[in-house]
Amino acid sequence: MNLLIILALPLAAAILVCLPLKKFWAPGVTLVSCLAVLILSARLAWLASQGQFITAAPQVGIFKWIQADALSALILLLIALIGTTAAIYSIGYMGHQKLRPGKLRLYYANYNLFVFSMLAIPLMAEPTLIWIVVELTTLCSALLVSFDDTREALEAAWKYVLLSLMGAGMALFGFLVLFAAMQAAGGGTYTWQGLITAAPTMPPVLLQMAFLLILIGLGTKAGLVPMHTWLPDAHSQAPSPVCALLSGIETTTILYVILRLFPIMQAAPRVHAEAWAVIMGLISVGVASFLLLQVRDYKRMFAFSTVEHMGIILTAVGLGASAAGYGAMMQIVSHSITKSFCFFAAGAALLTMQTRQIDGIRGLITKSPVAGTALIFGGLAIAGAPPMAVFLSEFSILRVGLTQKHYVATGLLAVFIVIAFFGVLLRVNQMVFGARQIAEETPNATETNSAHHFRLPLSCRVALFLAAIPVLVLGVYIPTPLHDLLMHAASALTR
Amino acid sequence: MNDAVNQLYTNLNALAAGLFLLTAFGIVATRQARGCLNLFIVQSLLLAASALLLGLRYNVPHLYGVALVNLISKPIIVPWLLRRTSPAEIYTRREIDQALNIPTALLIALALAILAYFLSVPVSSAVSADFRGPNIPIGIAGLLLGAFTLTVRREAVPLLIGLLQMENGAFFTGISISRNLPLIIELAVATDGLIIVFIIGVLTRAVHKHVGTTAVGELASLKETSAPALKEAGK
Repeated sequence: MNLLIILALPLAAAILVCLPLKKFWAPGVTLVSCLAVLILSARLAWLASQGQFITAAPQVGIFKWIQADALSALILLLIALIGTTAAIYSIGYMGHQKLRPGKLRLYYANYNLFVFSMLAIPLMAEPTLIWIVVELTTLCSALLVSFDDTREALEAAWKYVLLSLMGAGMALFGFLVLFAAMQAAGGGTYTWQGLITAAPTMPPVLLQMAFLLILIGLGTKAGLVPMHTWLPDAHSQAPSPVCALLSGIETTTILYVILRLFPIMQAAPRVHAEAWAVIMGLISVGVASFLLLQVRDYKRMFAFSTVEHMGIILTAVGLGASAAGYGAMMQIVSHSITKSFCFFAAGAALLTMQTRQIDGIRGLITKSPVAGTALIFGGLAIAGAPPMAVFLSEFSILRVGLTQKHYVATGLLAVFIVIAFFGVLLRVNQMVFGARQIAEETPNATETNSAHHFRLPLSCRVALFLAAIPVLVLGVYIPTPLHDLLMHAASALTR
Repeated sequence: MNDAVNQLYTNLNALAAGLFLLTAFGIVATRQARGCLNLFIVQSLLLAASALLLGLRYNVPHLYGVALVNLISKPIIVPWLLRRTSPAEIYTRREIDQALNIPTALLIALALAILAYFLSVPVSSAVSADFRGPNIPIGIAGLLLGAFTLTVRREAVPLLIGLLQMENGAFFTGISISRNLPLIIELAVATDGLIIVFIIGVLTRAVHKHVGTTAVGELASLKETSAPALKEAGK
């Protein structure tokens, strides 16, 4: 029953925010709904951490495909968490933009629909239904990406929609082939669980074809190189709270669908799913880490860092799903919480300085201490400096890689991570602590760089503070229930 | 008698499949936006026809449902929705400068169709005899040609048609190899297709309003190195 309420809440909120009421109605409803979803999914995660498998109450029609195990519960919890912090952040950020009330209602309606579509992905157990909700995430977020209605935002939204849907077309074919493979093996229920059971008798050639089609198709939307070209555009042009959702959790949610294929493919050794994962993963990490060195827009920088982290997670899974699974799960958690924080910080910098150009910002710490501190903290955290969460997860992945004797892959991964580390920190350091004079020379920063302090909206500061807590805490201490949840989730990656 | 009827269904289905491939080529070669849309409508009708014929041939009643869904959603609702959401100008657009000229595009399309045949061989050999047929290679060809259309076109409508054609192609194979898929999923996919049309229509209208063109493929200001230079040029 819980599962249905989790899905119903954001849908109800999407309808309610359309009512033309007072100014705080739409953000309020959104926040309440997100908080309620967070509480429900925390409870679900608690149950799942004890190894329970949860189904929706009435087992009829479409409801019988709504289920959750530990892996779903983990992703669900992250979506709810980031959905909530981004909703808090939105109050101040969108309020600051002085939008028409109608436009603001449109934002919150889309926001809730987008959260709904993401929540539906881990809760569905039927692959073709998942494909449909994956498409819905693209379609619900397209108008959020183009929300600013500038030429660049519209271009980003177009690229996003076209490439994501093109990938989805490939993936649809993959899912249909998977269904055909299931029939060739004598049928059964077409769910993740049913597929794992039937996998040993399926024709390997169909499994291979399905795997590659889905890896390429959904990999487009997860931002894997070379299908990543739309990602920095869309993830930099959207309003910052939406970027936090897109980069922090949407990509991970799509990657989750790909991860679900691994236990199925392990039944057919000739698919070489793990090798594909390592190759695609390392290419993504490598290309992204070099692209990070030449960015000029700090939101694009964080977007490329998302490509890098998707690559790290995929590589971790490929390095040996059983052993590295825990590291991969940990990386999913730490990336989501850290990247959403980074985009909150980037949004704070954007509100303060009114420019996305790295060269346009120098000495942010004197202009707005909160934004400056947040940006340097976010930069350190996402680059993987100790004692933050990303450091811990990257370290555990590298350690497992070495103990599994994948020296080449692990070595390459380590090198790329280090390059990305310097790429991110160099830029962030320039922006936060750089001398003021350099900034005066660049054309579009002169007026905005006047000396007076800028005060961030209260809700933005609250969201930054709340989002920073897990980044710090998980770097030094993982609570037992979370540890259990991660263990159970990692076990879903193997047969 | 029954055999003869079944043979007739199979032959008619092969005819539908051949025409389906022809429309896919037509979409690659047609410059007018309106022509692309018309070809897509014909293609969707052929998909519906093929679903109906396969349903009759193998006695799978819910394929009739698939045929009905395709008959209503794509030829009727898609053009209506497109007219409601996007600027009227998109229908009159003609693409003069495609990324590739038409003979080259058609040659590549031909190569893709041959590739589709080779891709279909392992699939055909892995499924049982009932699921084989011309639908497998031609569906894959539809998928690949749709993707190809997406990469060479610049105008909003042909791009949208490319996307929808990919879906058509996937389902053209799907009605053959995974024909027992629950009808509710086909319905959901059809609804999803309509949302695609709606969102793309809204985006096209916004682009038309702010940039003054519907050639969305020509928007290319977001790049890594040249971004600041362009910004300055704009000022």
